[in-house]
Amino acid sequence: MKLKVIDLGLAEYLSAWNKQKDILSEVISNDLAAALILCQHYPVITLGRNASRGSFKFSFEEIYAKGLKLYNIERGGDVTYHGPGQLTVYPIINLHYFKKDIHWFLRKLESLVISTLGDFNLRCVRKEGLTGVWINQEKVSSIGIAIKHWVTYHGLSINIKRDDLANFNLIRPCGMDIKVTSLEDALGKDVNMAEVKSSLLGRFNDFFKNSQLGTASN
Amino acid sequence: MIKVVLPELGEGITKATVSYWFFKDGERVKEKDDLVELTTDKATFNLPSPCSGVISEIMYSEGDTVDVGQILAVINEE
Repeated sequence: MKLKVIDLGLAEYLSAWNKQKDILSEVISNDLAAALILCQHYPVITLGRNASRGSFKFSFEEIYAKGLKLYNIERGGDVTYHGPGQLTVYPIINLHYFKKDIHWFLRKLESLVISTLGDFNLRCVRKEGLTGVWINQEKVSSIGIAIKHWVTYHGLSINIKRDDLANFNLIRPCGMDIKVTSLEDALGKDVNMAEVKSSLLGRFNDFFKNSQLGTASN
Repeated sequence: MIKVVLPELGEGITKATVSYWFFKDGERVKEKDDLVELTTDKATFNLPSPCSGVISEIMYSEGDTVDVGQILAVINEE
């Protein structure tokens, strides 16, 4: 399977969103089999299709005043925060080549996060009925996707750095009153972002290497 | 006349919510145009038009919940 990996580094949400849509078009038209976009975002709150005013603890004006941007986007799920210190991953994958099953793909993304963080000797879990990945009762990874012509976009974020979680207090993440944590918080030590990316890419290749590329079905 | 049905979206998914219609009754669509956006808990799904033609009937409004297998719209194929 030919996988194109694009690391945008620290990126404005809007430019990364546009990049996703460009790559999405390439994958839909079969110019590209699959892509993985990695980035960290400048502080931003995104509202998925299920987001409501009740998911915010502050007014939009107060959030803008703190220097954050807000975007209504086309992914599923509620409200979430992205910022520096968090690894955001957008897998743009044609599910014709894997399995045309939204839940299967969501569980694959959770497995990807659990395996990646397992490489750092951390035991993470799913929670019954809730999408995402947890360490004890605290959420470390959020997931929300969109699918067009059975090609996925948007994706997941993993909190890596311990000092960058304060902005989650502006919202009720995923519309719930939950605590969030980070890989560094859980380990009690610094973690190199490059090591996390390297681990995630290795795990991503493991998960998807058994694809049936070239035998697409409708 | 082509009936556009909510397809199987995955194991355990029995319904989805109509979140956005890209077209209105009476409008002309082309095959593979985005026809309707559907939402499950953590995903949105754009259903493309299966054919080119004119939309003769939209069966569900935005915000309605639809069972898998139900007819979402009818298109007079051209």
